[in-house]
Amino acid sequence: MTVQIKTLDYEPKRHTFGHIARRFGDKPASRYQEATLDVQATANFHYKPLYEPEFWQYDQNKTAVKMADWYKPLDPRQYYYATYNIARANMNQAVERSFAFVEERGLLDKLAAAARANLQRGLLPLRHLHWGANMNMTEICQRGYGTAVTAPCIFSSGDHLGMAQIVSRIGLALDGQTGASLDAAKAVWMTDPAWQGVRKLIEDTFVERDWFQLYVAQTLAVNGVIFDLAYKLSDAAWADGATTVAMLTEFMSDWRAEESRWSDSVIKTVAAESPDNKALTSRWAKHWIDRAVEAAKPLSAALLGDNGAAAEAAGEATRARAATLGLTL
Amino acid sequence: MTAKKLGLKQRYAHMTRGLDWETTYQPMDKVFPYDTFEGIKIRDWSQWEDPFRLTMDAYWKFQAEKERKLYAVLDAFAQNNGQTNLSDGRYVNVVKLFLTGISPEEYQAHRGFAFAGRHLRGVGPRVAAQMQSLDELRHVQTQIHTISHYNKYFDGIGEFPHMHDRVWYLSVPKSFFDDARTAGPFEYMIAIGFAFEYLLTNLLFVPFMSGAAYNGDMSTVTFGFSAQSDESRHMTLGIEVIKFLLEQHPDNLPIVQKWVDKWFWRGHRMLGLVAMMMDYMLPKKVMSWKEAWDIYFTEAGGSLFQDLARYGLKVPKYADVATAEAEHISHQNWAVFYQYTHAAAFHTWMPDKEHLDWLSEKYPNTFDKYYRPRWEMWAQMEKDGKRFYNMALPQLCNTCQIPMAYTEPGDPTTIAFRESRFNGDTYHFCSDGCKDIFDGEPEKFAQSWLPVHQIFQGACGGPTVPDVLNWYRLNNGADNLDYVGSPDEKLWNQWMAGAVKAAG
Amino acid sequence: MAQIASLTLYHNDEARPIIDAIIADNPGIRVMNIPGAVKLDCDGSLTVNRSSVEARLGRSWEPQELQLVLISMAGNLDEDDDHFTLSWRH
Ligand SMILES: [Fe+2]
Ligand SMILES: [Fe+2]
Ligand SMILES: [Zn+2]
Repeated sequence: MTVQIKTLDYEPKRHTFGHIARRFGDKPASRYQEATLDVQATANFHYKPLYEPEFWQYDQNKTAVKMADWYKPLDPRQYYYATYNIARANMNQAVERSFAFVEERGLLDKLAAAARANLQRGLLPLRHLHWGANMNMTEICQRGYGTAVTAPCIFSSGDHLGMAQIVSRIGLALDGQTGASLDAAKAVWMTDPAWQGVRKLIEDTFVERDWFQLYVAQTLAVNGVIFDLAYKLSDAAWADGATTVAMLTEFMSDWRAEESRWSDSVIKTVAAESPDNKALTSRWAKHWIDRAVEAAKPLSAALLGDNGAAAEAAGEATRARAATLGLTL
Repeated sequence: MTAKKLGLKQRYAHMTRGLDWETTYQPMDKVFPYDTFEGIKIRDWSQWEDPFRLTMDAYWKFQAEKERKLYAVLDAFAQNNGQTNLSDGRYVNVVKLFLTGISPEEYQAHRGFAFAGRHLRGVGPRVAAQMQSLDELRHVQTQIHTISHYNKYFDGIGEFPHMHDRVWYLSVPKSFFDDARTAGPFEYMIAIGFAFEYLLTNLLFVPFMSGAAYNGDMSTVTFGFSAQSDESRHMTLGIEVIKFLLEQHPDNLPIVQKWVDKWFWRGHRMLGLVAMMMDYMLPKKVMSWKEAWDIYFTEAGGSLFQDLARYGLKVPKYADVATAEAEHISHQNWAVFYQYTHAAAFHTWMPDKEHLDWLSEKYPNTFDKYYRPRWEMWAQMEKDGKRFYNMALPQLCNTCQIPMAYTEPGDPTTIAFRESRFNGDTYHFCSDGCKDIFDGEPEKFAQSWLPVHQIFQGACGGPTVPDVLNWYRLNNGADNLDYVGSPDEKLWNQWMAGAVKAAG
Repeated sequence: MAQIASLTLYHNDEARPIIDAIIADNPGIRVMNIPGAVKLDCDGSLTVNRSSVEARLGRSWEPQELQLVLISMAGNLDEDDDHFTLSWRH
């Protein structure tokens, strides 16, 4: 018997979905594009929300900025669920290795008392700030418009929860797995004057109703001023623990470099849409960066003894970042 | 100091414990503005226990692993033209209904759980809801990626988001989820977390996905079962929510009971579409809808409600009616789509002899008596060149939005009609269940965007069927009508002929 | 009516040692095979023991890994480092 090989013709009738083809022509589309573009419903909703009858559940009027197309602010990382999770699983393997390294060598146990005290006061309360950031990113996901912006927001809230848990693990490593350090950190967060500006700042963001203003407040001001102050500019406070802390918070540095590529590009695209958008985002950026700097000053003074200079420096860096996004502060 | 190793429960408690705090610079009621108006009373959020205890690091690890496996299957399926190994070209119609009718609801669930994940006051349920929001995004995205390959070859798939916002039968699932999304966070959790996830998704994802495997669709079964592994977490969240609410305050019971009754009935109506997919649209059958109902509602739901009885919660109202309808619903729905095949974005057909015999065997009490004769008559009319189409626009139930084609309980020869008056207008319903739901919230359901009303009001592209199809972006002559004679069938037959030639 | 605790798992190589462990550890279990999956039912409660799975797998295994082969379940869940139990007991 002879084997006859025939190639059947499996020429596709079309290469992608209609809504993608209308944007780019009928050619093979990426998984990011197909998973993202035009996925959210836009018309013919049935009922007004019981909790907010002035809007539909998906409604462009929940922010003052206007976009002709909310699928313009795309994610340069091109994350969809699978690529996001695989990226984070990989980053987390490094976290596991770092904790194993630090714990095997008892590096945190060997720290001088001053460094331990500063970690207790300066680093561990960040778990609450991450939780606040998680609330904000979840809020933007639920309230925002268009999958292009809202899907990465739930990734970001997962990131903040993950980072809150990494900070918690540092606490557990410091206190011999009792959790006592976490209770102490919460007391610091609630009552220590060094933190009250930051806590007031984040609580004020919780009641911001304009979701894109909240986006600017969280990703530009809170991330740029407070988290950068804590993770980038506070090495001196951790003293002989600086290298160890850098290892254990490497996830945060990688995350910040990566997420800001997305969050910056969203703000840049929205601001570039119109003079009105530019004016609004600029005003919001100025307001929240100024507030974040004021909030961070007592913290940097308490940790670094610098009279708030590091907070100012984080603020200047954030203002410069905002300028590169086309905002005028 | 040597660190002791923490157990799963302790570790989880430390990692999430106390992350939240009582705000003082802003009032808690302003930070959480939506969790009081429904009347649910919570004494102590800290009594919430999440049984799965997933920290984010574990979440990323397991989910990444699942995704690697799933996408390996999807890639292999595309490379090997897996669509040519299906049991029959007809099968693809279930995939069409899935992407247009179900995947957009996964998306709604994603946004809805983000709402609950932000606006419930307790940290425990919020973390679980956020993970579920992530999972539901996974489901819609993996479904789009799986079905993207089918879209390259088959009709009726490519306009899924546009159709979902417009096409008459897709407003059944859309209004279901719009209803849940526009409710408060507690009702949302009962509607989707409990009633939908716990009582109903098993029916969709287990027997139906097993059917996909049986029909050679290895990509759909892979996303289906993989999604279902997340659903186990979701069901656990749903049952935890209901127990928590009932334990927190006795005043919660009547509110929760009303929601359970409402969402059970709404879910039952919506899943009628899945009943039809299982009994009529899978060329090779795993089990009948009735058998699936017995396993997953009567048996599994029975165990659950026995458990919840100690809180005073009763089996959902009209559960007995729904169980009786399990012997009718797939047939009645298929009859509707067969008559309106010109207005649907998937193909229909009359079952062949072997299929009719299977239905007779699976539905001994109803099929031969009420449905088989009609099917045989319609098949004969097809043969005589008089294929039956219903060109009159149907009246829709104001609650579930399904055409009024269901019959009276206990009398399968009489169509059921119910009505209510509200603010001087009359509203029509398919059943007591749907009427009760309207009567419980008339201000809400008076707003329903009813596709047929909208067509009459000229909001759907024009007065004629071609106008409306055009507005749907439904490609007349390709997406709709019978499978026999469709471009799908032609392509399938070409592949099969080619495969025979290649093998010979 | 007996309340049924139930687990549905993939029917594949990865799940087989787990399925075997469950069948060995839960007397009276009922097994239903459907394409691609297996449904395991027990009256009252059903347990997956870490040690039994590890003995069959020949490596260490955490009950949380069950999620990789899990399709569905019924019953109240209690999960810890050494077991994964579904039951209707309180
Ligand atoms: Fe889902
Ligand atoms: Fe789900
Ligand atoms: Zn109805």
